[in-house]
Amino acid sequence: MSEQDRGVDPAGEGTAPPHGEPGGYAPSVAERFANYQRVGGIVTPLVTTLLAFFVGGLVVLVTTGKNPLSTYKAIFDGTGLNWFVQVGSHDVGLPFTDDRVWFPWNTNSIQSVAAFNLQQTLVLTTTLTLTGLAVAFAFRCGLFNIGGQGQYIAGSLASVWVGSSLVGMNRFPHVLLSIGAAMLAGALLAGVAGLLKATVGAHEVVVTIMLNWIMFWTGAWLLGVGGPLNADPAQQSSAYVAESAKLHVFWGLPNLQGVHIGLFFAIAALVVYSLVLNRTTLGYEVRAVGYNPDAARYGGISVARNYFLAMAIAGLFAGLAGAMDILGWQYRITASDVQGSTIAFLGIAVALLGRNTAIGVGLSALLFAALLTGTSQRNLNPDVFQPELATNLTLLIQGLVVLFVGADLLVISIWRARRRLVPGRLKAKPTR
Amino acid sequence: MADAPPVLELRGITKRFPGVVANDHVDFELRRGEIHALLGENGAGKSTLVNIVYGLYHPDEGEILIGGKPVSIDSPSAAIERGIGMVHQHFMLIPVMTVAENIVLAREPRRAGILLDYGDADRRVEEVSKAFNFQIDPDALIQDITVGQQQRVEILKALYRGADILILDEPTAVLTPQEATDLFAILHTLVREGMSVIFITHKLNEVLAIADRITVLRRGKTIDTIPREGATEEGLARMMVGREVLLRVEKEPANPQETLLRVQDLEVDDERALPAVRGVSFEVRAGEIVAIAGVDGNGQTELVEALAGLRKSKAGTVEIAGTDVTGSDPRHHLDTGLGHIPEDRLRRGLVLEFNLGENLALHDYRKPPNSRYGWLHPRRIAAWARGLLTEFDVRGGTTESRASSLSGGNQQKVVVAREVERDPRVLIAAQPTRGLDVGAIEFVHRRLVQERDEGRAILLVSLELEEVLSLADRILVFYEGRIVGEFDSSATPEELGIAMTGARPETAAA
Repeated sequence: MSEQDRGVDPAGEGTAPPHGEPGGYAPSVAERFANYQRVGGIVTPLVTTLLAFFVGGLVVLVTTGKNPLSTYKAIFDGTGLNWFVQVGSHDVGLPFTDDRVWFPWNTNSIQSVAAFNLQQTLVLTTTLTLTGLAVAFAFRCGLFNIGGQGQYIAGSLASVWVGSSLVGMNRFPHVLLSIGAAMLAGALLAGVAGLLKATVGAHEVVVTIMLNWIMFWTGAWLLGVGGPLNADPAQQSSAYVAESAKLHVFWGLPNLQGVHIGLFFAIAALVVYSLVLNRTTLGYEVRAVGYNPDAARYGGISVARNYFLAMAIAGLFAGLAGAMDILGWQYRITASDVQGSTIAFLGIAVALLGRNTAIGVGLSALLFAALLTGTSQRNLNPDVFQPELATNLTLLIQGLVVLFVGADLLVISIWRARRRLVPGRLKAKPTR
Repeated sequence: MADAPPVLELRGITKRFPGVVANDHVDFELRRGEIHALLGENGAGKSTLVNIVYGLYHPDEGEILIGGKPVSIDSPSAAIERGIGMVHQHFMLIPVMTVAENIVLAREPRRAGILLDYGDADRRVEEVSKAFNFQIDPDALIQDITVGQQQRVEILKALYRGADILILDEPTAVLTPQEATDLFAILHTLVREGMSVIFITHKLNEVLAIADRITVLRRGKTIDTIPREGATEEGLARMMVGREVLLRVEKEPANPQETLLRVQDLEVDDERALPAVRGVSFEVRAGEIVAIAGVDGNGQTELVEALAGLRKSKAGTVEIAGTDVTGSDPRHHLDTGLGHIPEDRLRRGLVLEFNLGENLALHDYRKPPNSRYGWLHPRRIAAWARGLLTEFDVRGGTTESRASSLSGGNQQKVVVAREVERDPRVLIAAQPTRGLDVGAIEFVHRRLVQERDEGRAILLVSLELEEVLSLADRILVFYEGRIVGEFDSSATPEELGIAMTGARPETAAA
């Protein structure tokens, strides 16, 4: 968690604890946690979220006159998280007994609405985790990857292409190949932005936004009538991916967006993210460049190379997200999917709220996924909240969370700026 | 002056931060019309004390008296109202606005209630400026004037707001020697007019040059307040550090061996593509310290960056230990045997968000045992770093502490440890003691001499003549990107000072 303790030494003047004891001193987990907590690492995102919900509740109360508490209860039920507290919905079976050998509960029941909702939440969590990581990884190198959406689309298109052609392959290589193609497509697209940043200094925000539009229209062309990937002119849709390329659905029904093993890909991606950043020389370089490119260059690190690599790796995550959606539950993609989807943009909010840490990204992906499903027209109890307004409620709370995340960063930066004004702390160059 | 009434008195001021007492029952008295130096090492509590006076911090105990009456100062605006003005080390000026606009900022003269009256602002600024002989053009943009002039603008701003107590936080840290002299003249004028000045510094010679009385702080406590008469640098250093300090570096005569750094006809441009280094040739041999002296901004920064591979040179060659490294990347320079203590440790020398272990591994994180096959070994890095922190006496943190939590002196020790530990053939030390207190300066100086004696070629770049004279075996004077004079260690400050102004082109060596 070393990247998380963005410590602000309250003592000032560098009067930290005394010199390390000869026996060697390493802070315990508890100490680190305390330190992290003190600087608001865990508390602020939590407070941010609670505050967003509180204000959202006020808005609900004022604008619709609905009781915010019952509205939130309805949202909570809509997320399916009530599944965990619902007596009777846990039809837990013995592992290794039926044909879904390794998952210890009934995977085929659609009787439980809660289970059905929870499945949707988890499917969305998968996507949001990966698109969140795509933003977070670039952030750690000091880059703002706005292009997650384009990279996600590139990944979707690549996986649908490989997944729907090559029919008759064995399942394992076919899935791997489809995923690999998607990740490569995402990395290539993001790599363009990284390369331009590294070579000519073109700002990655501008370039990735432009690349998003390029993918937007490329997708429309590929899937439109007469396009190379078009298989259904009426729906402007691609072909369905072959059975051999579909991800295994281990809970719920494949045709009703059951939870596919992409969830474990996402969890693995979180672990990989954390390991790469903290335990590899590549991650060391990325962090050094992200914190202080001048010092990194002085240390012998090629800043340009890391800009390129960080963007390409970010693209890998976003491309993987596209593959997970296509191979996990969508199975095909339409031109309107390409043009209507905004799921990867939400990855920016996920990364911001998660403070670009693996655990944070995972948790905030779950939060945003729950929010999306919980307030969706389909899941929100119409007796409690008008379904027509449900989408607005989603956007409202999302917007508030992002706003408060921004505000929380603002508070921190003001706090730091105030500390900088306190002289004698940093001996920096004068303003020239 | 001894019987002048105190304008500001601090009694028993105590300020605690978690885990540390920054000010421990500090007493302080400022009399009308005096320059009172507040002297102490980094971290001694000087800044905390004046921040309390300026209303940025609240004392936990003690009282503040202004004109004999106890007051409570809970914000900078309260301090300004009571006639206290502060000039921070980092100027708080808006570069794209004029001098006059900056000075009247937030206190703008108005016409008809809403319109700003810039004519009046100009007039008032000129009045104050003339009264104290500041020689400043109210219409100049901040970004176009020198650092010394910017500082004067800050002082004017305080005066404009009606300050009669002026706090200057390490005002000379950013000034050239000439600008410092000008500043001292201005301060003398101010106190003649009845103002009182608190002057924070850790430079002993300045204290003796300008202060009427000196208060020394050490580890948050007042050690003593003494008049300037009778004070000596040695005595003050002992009070600051709490032990005897060697102000002169003791060293044997140099015993130079083979040439390790060879620079030929080097030309380097600055950011604006203007020539900064204009054809420079010199050599540094094993076992000698060659110093480059000169006023800041004469191409030293660009020279060092070019030698370290951080800036492309336009012409000429650089050889390190017999290998031509011209035009290669920074890592190749490092691997060829270069150690480099950069002039700005915060911008370049350290990744402040990294812990000390990670910072110490900045050049060698890719080599075993720090990492293998691309995998870092944080525990091995920490174990190795722990040894270095002990050897270089880095205090105030463990290998897990972030570099930003250390004091400047300890941060610099980390940088020195990292550069020396790699056993470089050539060591470039660019302003290695800037902003450090006497104790840390002594450490760095001794270490540089020790490294020289171990057979490294050391290139020292310094703006401090005293440092150059006490460390160098040979001295090259830089002026406008050229070497305009070469001296041995017996040179006098006067000789060097004249050469630094470029006044004797006939001694040009290049």
